[in-house]
Amino acid sequence: MRVAILLTHIRPEEKLLINAFEAHGITPDIILDRDFNFDLLGDATQFSPSGVAWGNYDLVLERCVSTSRGLYALAILNQWGVHTLNSYHTASVCADKIMTTLALACANVPQPRARVAFDEAHTLDAIEELTYPAVLKPATGSWGRLVARVNDRDSAEALLEHRQVLGDYNYHTYYVQEFVQKPSRDIRAFVVGDRTICAIYRTSPHWITNTARGGQATNCPITPELSDLCLAASRAVGGGILAMDVFETPEGGLVINEINHTMEFKNSSAPTGVNIADEVVAYALSTITESSIASLEGALA
Amino acid sequence: MNTTSCPVCEASVSIPADAMQNELIACADCGSELEIISLSPIQLDLAPDVEEDWGE
Repeated sequence: MRVAILLTHIRPEEKLLINAFEAHGITPDIILDRDFNFDLLGDATQFSPSGVAWGNYDLVLERCVSTSRGLYALAILNQWGVHTLNSYHTASVCADKIMTTLALACANVPQPRARVAFDEAHTLDAIEELTYPAVLKPATGSWGRLVARVNDRDSAEALLEHRQVLGDYNYHTYYVQEFVQKPSRDIRAFVVGDRTICAIYRTSPHWITNTARGGQATNCPITPELSDLCLAASRAVGGGILAMDVFETPEGGLVINEINHTMEFKNSSAPTGVNIADEVVAYALSTITESSIASLEGALA
Repeated sequence: MNTTSCPVCEASVSIPADAMQNELIACADCGSELEIISLSPIQLDLAPDVEEDWGE
């Protein structure tokens, strides 16, 4: 069984995953995204930077911190029939907040109201249709980067002018989301395959609660409601190994805020008591068997 | 545990026994984020700067 991990560099999460694979008797090949050099007109017989033909991998686990490199690699490998986690479909939907919102809406998964507009005047209209405060986000991006709470028309006008003048075209797509009056925390739930394996509360006095921005992690019990919501969201975006950002609403409900396809989890195993890396690897290995059976059935059909 | 010098401030940097090539570590003195580009011999370089598309 041959496994490769695509990565930008080895963070604590990748180290945990490598060790988890080794605990299963598998030493994964480490492939750096800076070393990619794909012949786009070729196929899976071409060699990866590790010296192994891409098609000889039973599984390629994508863990690039660079979203663009990871997405392109998944697109190429999936077109060549290489089994990856996550799939390009899942990753591409999750990497784009507009596509995520559309997928969740299509599946009737609860989420905050959201609008998209493409110039300043119509974005102002969009914000005011959602009412102040609203949240302005780049369509792509992570770690709470450039996420802004828009409290009033003055701040909306200033933010939009800055984005229009200083940002490249990516920032001229204005994704606006309803501000959810959540308690001083949100929920990060981890979905691996068809299970919600654990969750944490991320508590912060700041309205942005990402642990990358200082949110403190504590265990969040998995209720049936939380699990059902997360599994529905996972199915909506194509499934795989995903981290769900969930808000508790003032009405007592739960809504999906965002979905992450290359999740960080180093701060989450300790408070939950769940070995997330081992869960991910066990699931990843189980998909190899499923993938092999599907290929065999396809060949026999 | 091996040590080498920080390529930024030249302070001594401890390399964990289970270190991996391309692992990120921090210099305790200057706080620079460093990448282990070689284990034998141990070589460190500044980690790549965070880019706009980096994330989860």
